[in-house]
Amino acid sequence: MKTVFEPTKGMTPADTSYCPGCTHGIAHRLIMEVLDERGLLGNTIGVVPIGCSINAHHFMNIDMCESTHGRAPAIATGIRRVHPDKVVFTYQGDGDLASIGAGEIVHAAHRGEKFSTFFINNAIYGMTGGQMAPTTLIGQKATTCVSGRTVEQAGMPLRMCEILSQIDCCVYAERVMLTTPANIRKAKKAINRALDVQLQGLGFGFVEFLSSCPTNWGLAPKDALKYVEEKMSAYYPVGVFKKPEGID
Amino acid sequence: MGKVLMKGNEAFAEAAIRAGCKCYFGYPITPQNEIPEYMSHELPKAGGAFVQAESELAAISMAYGAAAAGGRVFISTSSPGLSLMQEGLGFICSAEVPVVVLNVSRGGPGVGGIQPGQADYIQVTRGGYNGDCKIPVFAPAGIQECVDTIYKAFDIAEKYRNPVLIFADGMMGQMMEPVVLPEAKGITAVEDIPSVKPWAITGTDHHEGRNVVYSLRMQPDVLEAHVEHLFEKYDEAAKELVDYKAYSLDEAELVFVAFGTMSRLCMEAIEILGERGIKAGLIRPISLWPYPDAAFDLIPSTCKTVISTELNMGQMIFDVKNAVSGRFPVDFIGRTGGIVPSSLEIADRAEKILASRK
Ligand SMILES: Cc1ncc(C[n+]2csc(CCOP(=O)(O)OP(=O)(O)O)c2C)c(N)n1
Repeated sequence: MKTVFEPTKGMTPADTSYCPGCTHGIAHRLIMEVLDERGLLGNTIGVVPIGCSINAHHFMNIDMCESTHGRAPAIATGIRRVHPDKVVFTYQGDGDLASIGAGEIVHAAHRGEKFSTFFINNAIYGMTGGQMAPTTLIGQKATTCVSGRTVEQAGMPLRMCEILSQIDCCVYAERVMLTTPANIRKAKKAINRALDVQLQGLGFGFVEFLSSCPTNWGLAPKDALKYVEEKMSAYYPVGVFKKPEGID
Repeated sequence: MGKVLMKGNEAFAEAAIRAGCKCYFGYPITPQNEIPEYMSHELPKAGGAFVQAESELAAISMAYGAAAAGGRVFISTSSPGLSLMQEGLGFICSAEVPVVVLNVSRGGPGVGGIQPGQADYIQVTRGGYNGDCKIPVFAPAGIQECVDTIYKAFDIAEKYRNPVLIFADGMMGQMMEPVVLPEAKGITAVEDIPSVKPWAITGTDHHEGRNVVYSLRMQPDVLEAHVEHLFEKYDEAAKELVDYKAYSLDEAELVFVAFGTMSRLCMEAIEILGERGIKAGLIRPISLWPYPDAAFDLIPSTCKTVISTELNMGQMIFDVKNAVSGRFPVDFIGRTGGIVPSSLEIADRAEKILASRK
């Protein structure tokens, strides 16, 4: 009998701990599927952040380490120096990467570190219960801006793809969204591109995933995906910001 | 191998290279800048990797990553930089990863000054990190001893899978002394890491099972069991690593307690006092944690005062009082702000203290 589908060996059998409708699980599975399809699972080292996805190492079936909050890009820099021929990636939320770890991500990109960063932008602090993130949209409600974020109070949301793509040695930056099957296929393509960039030693590669957090947004899972498609992608346009020649 | 005349900081960097250091991460701060400078050109020649980090937060994080991946890692900084490294140090203790850290300390608080100080004593022995953990701390008193300590520290860090701190001061970093450099050990090849460090994250193709280096333990009972495991290690380390030297305690009327640069000045002060007919001795803690409490049992009954002598406002004195346990009066001599007193000043002040205790 011909096998038409089987679960990736890249995910452990454990049930994920994420809330219903959270897209962390989709991102995990896509990354692991790509590594599996390319035969890289056993040669990959991943760094998980502080945030809901600190638990990712229970689900991603590879060698991993936890990170101090926001420091994953520095940690991956260290790992990379010991293992120049392995695949190294960081997986980070938006509080982790765009707030407390804003320095580390900028400098990893600036040094042109040869690892990939997968950035889960759900526009909120998930793990700590829904506080405003640097990426929270104007008007979006959070527990530290209950009437909605305002520019006066907290400035404008940070667009990380746009920022990082200004840095010369960040050679690849793309934003995708984890909403429809078609968009998820595009996300998988982006993960493949990031790995191509890394394996060819071209420089730093960055993929931002617009993600949902139904629990902290106070929306049903389906409405949360609609929010990503309508509201988030209006401020955070999806697409390729930067891509080296020769990467398709 | 013969003696070479070297500046402290360069000798410290060379000692780490010879111990088989694979990675060095550093952020510039006086008085230890010669270390990252030396590492930037010498470590790659030895097959290692140098990265100038964007901050000390990043440097300790890079160190954690490289060490979790099985590399021998050395980092250095000076006082304000060590403050920024506290987050990483506590995490590294929890995650059980070996890292060797050198603090070439200066005066504080805050950005303070750039002259030598020992005002980080409480920070290095008690930590600014959160949670229950301990870091072995060694306080060498000269360039040769610091070189030998760095060379040994990697094995200690790896044995206990814990950071090891070396507390030198700016005086040692900046002065020159003749040193005998230890033999170069060579860097462990990446293929050999899994056999030397089976717990390291090297990719699942390279070892049995799956390795995860982590700190988070959400269940209180699991976390408590982990901390108890850490403390079993610390108990063993406390027995193995405790170290001190005691000088001329026989019939001493006063006993200095001093480490690092200050202990050298006390040795001179002992001679000056001897010329004045005063018998003085010295206890020099070499390990600051574990603290050599047993050394204080050697103090003779002739002693009238135990004088904690420090380059700060009195920090080690708490450990001294604890070790003396009320058996003798405890006094203090110190200068701070980067001022290193002369041995004459120490002798004069000690003589006055002794007179007041007679
Ligand atoms: C030094 C430090 N500060 C704060 C926290 C608390 N904390 C845990 S997770 C988190 C935010 C995570 O949000 P995000 O990165 O957006 O990830 P998400 O949980 O939404 O996936 C914070 C602030 C911490 N663990 N450590």
